[in-house]
Amino acid sequence: MTDTMRSHGAPARGPSAAAAAVTTGSANALMRLTDPPMRAVQRLIGAARMPYVFLLPNLVFFGLFVFLPIGINIVFSVTGGTALFPAERPYVGAEHYARLLDCGSYLEAASCREDLFWRGVGNTLTFTVFQMVAMVLFSLVTALVLNRPIRGRGFFRAVYFFPVLLSPVVVALIWKWILQRDGLLNAVLTTAGGEKILFFVDPGWAMFWSVFVSVWAHMGFYTLILLAGLQAIPRDVYEAAEMDGTRPWRVFHRITLPLLWPNLLVVLVLVLIRSVQVFDEVFVLTGGGPGTATMMVVQYIYATAFANQVQNFGLAGAASVLLGVVLFVLTLIQLFLTRRRAS
Amino acid sequence: MTGKLRRLLLARRGGASWHWTDVASYGYLALGVLLMFGPVLWLALSSFKTPAALLEFPPSLLPMAQSEVSVPGYPQPLPLFRVTMEDGSVRELAQVRRVGITAQMVDPAAPGQTIRVPADRRTPVRHMALAVENYTDPLTQFDFLRFLRNSLVVTVVATIITLLINSMAAYALSVYEFRGKKLAMLGVIGTLMIPITIILAPVYLVVTKLGFVDSLWAVILPGAATPTGVFLLRQYMLTIPRDLIEAARMDKASEWRIYARIVMPLSMPALAVLAIFSVMWRWNEFLWPLAVLTKTEVHTLPIALNAFQGELQTQWHYLLAMTVVTLLPVALVFAFLQRFITSGIANTGMK
Repeated sequence: MTDTMRSHGAPARGPSAAAAAVTTGSANALMRLTDPPMRAVQRLIGAARMPYVFLLPNLVFFGLFVFLPIGINIVFSVTGGTALFPAERPYVGAEHYARLLDCGSYLEAASCREDLFWRGVGNTLTFTVFQMVAMVLFSLVTALVLNRPIRGRGFFRAVYFFPVLLSPVVVALIWKWILQRDGLLNAVLTTAGGEKILFFVDPGWAMFWSVFVSVWAHMGFYTLILLAGLQAIPRDVYEAAEMDGTRPWRVFHRITLPLLWPNLLVVLVLVLIRSVQVFDEVFVLTGGGPGTATMMVVQYIYATAFANQVQNFGLAGAASVLLGVVLFVLTLIQLFLTRRRAS
Repeated sequence: MTGKLRRLLLARRGGASWHWTDVASYGYLALGVLLMFGPVLWLALSSFKTPAALLEFPPSLLPMAQSEVSVPGYPQPLPLFRVTMEDGSVRELAQVRRVGITAQMVDPAAPGQTIRVPADRRTPVRHMALAVENYTDPLTQFDFLRFLRNSLVVTVVATIITLLINSMAAYALSVYEFRGKKLAMLGVIGTLMIPITIILAPVYLVVTKLGFVDSLWAVILPGAATPTGVFLLRQYMLTIPRDLIEAARMDKASEWRIYARIVMPLSMPALAVLAIFSVMWRWNEFLWPLAVLTKTEVHTLPIALNAFQGELQTQWHYLLAMTVVTLLPVALVFAFLQRFITSGIANTGMK
């Protein structure tokens, strides 16, 4: 028993030996501190009930910060007033939902009573469509290129991947600095004989750069998933195709794409789920502007609940519930696809 | 010799010859390096420029500043210019003042005599100058150290709590059979569908009730239990041989001891992946801290950066330097753990 434990303890070799010794030492001290009370608990309730003890902290956290808030959110969405505590809020029924959904025409945000919400929905849809196409296209091409016999593949993979780890605020500031009026890009443009462009004053450009920056920041993640999928395709399938003299395009169309399809679907749904909730990068990059040209649904919810002068938790709650329903459906699809890919 | 070098550089796996698709591939990758690294490099270079240099258009690539010389007889150091004289020779002169289109210059070697030259005949003499004060000023003038400390505290404490409670739950869900296990699993999966994005206001209410508003606990606690973490660890713990656990039970080890001394050490690779994810999430977290941390004293780095960039007169020279400092720890972690992180993500499909 003790031998088993020791063999899984510190690998006492190399420069990490000292660190390992410290870890083992503190682990021992922690064990001496925590084992007696936990042993007492086990004597009290019996070993068969111990799993509940292990589950408890996580369940308390989930309960307090996920399940309880879902309930409160639904209560918020059917009550009015500006109070934060549900008991002080008068019941208003479906009023917030009615207000959100009250539109002359759903194709025209200005015809809606809560036009900002619909502008957010429209912007999020635009963003999502462009982002999905660009993200899947670029990560697929990058994964295909990286899957070729390339020198320094590890390096190139890292190059595309590292922005994934950066804070969205950092990402947005990096690009804001490049895209500003006297920034690097405008310097390149004027040197090439063009005119300066005020990227954040033009609605079209603001949306373009919102999508671009998001793709820049996250494509490495999806490239990685697709690359793993490509590398899982057996070599001999390709060798057989090569022996038959199959043309490259046909190989891609008939072998690569069908075998990669499960991974590609997962990527599509993941991009979709993330796009629908987009906020961080775009908010710091454009502030939702110019005007409301890049204001997304989540920004609408955040502003309605926190940033506006009158904090309308009811309206924000109703919008959250609607967004939640969309995300719920999307996540179910994702889980279904992931499970199918695994089996 | 050159032939050998060329063959070495152009050699391909399998000895095949070059095809246009190879050229296209490397071209694409080279463009990728420029597009992915370029912006970060530009940020780093810009962060060392003085406010005056940042205003230049078109901007210079490297942080430059105009050279100055002290000339006897003049109290202030004078800016140095390279002047093309009428006879075609080029001299380095210091400028005393500029009046309209002519400039009064002196030769630093012979300060007695002023020389008048047309203003368009001179170009400034510049040298590379790193504005290190962009980095040092925020440390003393603003609460930058406090933001850095806040971010560190949040990241470290939250990661420890995350590792502890998620590994406990994963242990329960992987090693035991008990009533309600299915329900617990379903609950964990359920939380996967509820990002904090859609429960901002209610979580704010809970945090208020608990008395954590405007304390770092408000950021640390809500995200500590994560479905991603539970699944990642559970998946790994399922592979631990049951014989080990049974043997420990025979030896009368408590269930807690089995968790802490057998399952945890054996799950180190999965714990390390979760630790890296958690550090990444916490260091970068934005929307929730933005909503809940209203007092400046408790701002984390991303929130502080956002507040700073939103000010009326953005002080870019400080902002850029602080952005670099925020980016640096992540860059270092990545440089050392790159393979580990990428394989962790490729295996789990999560981030």
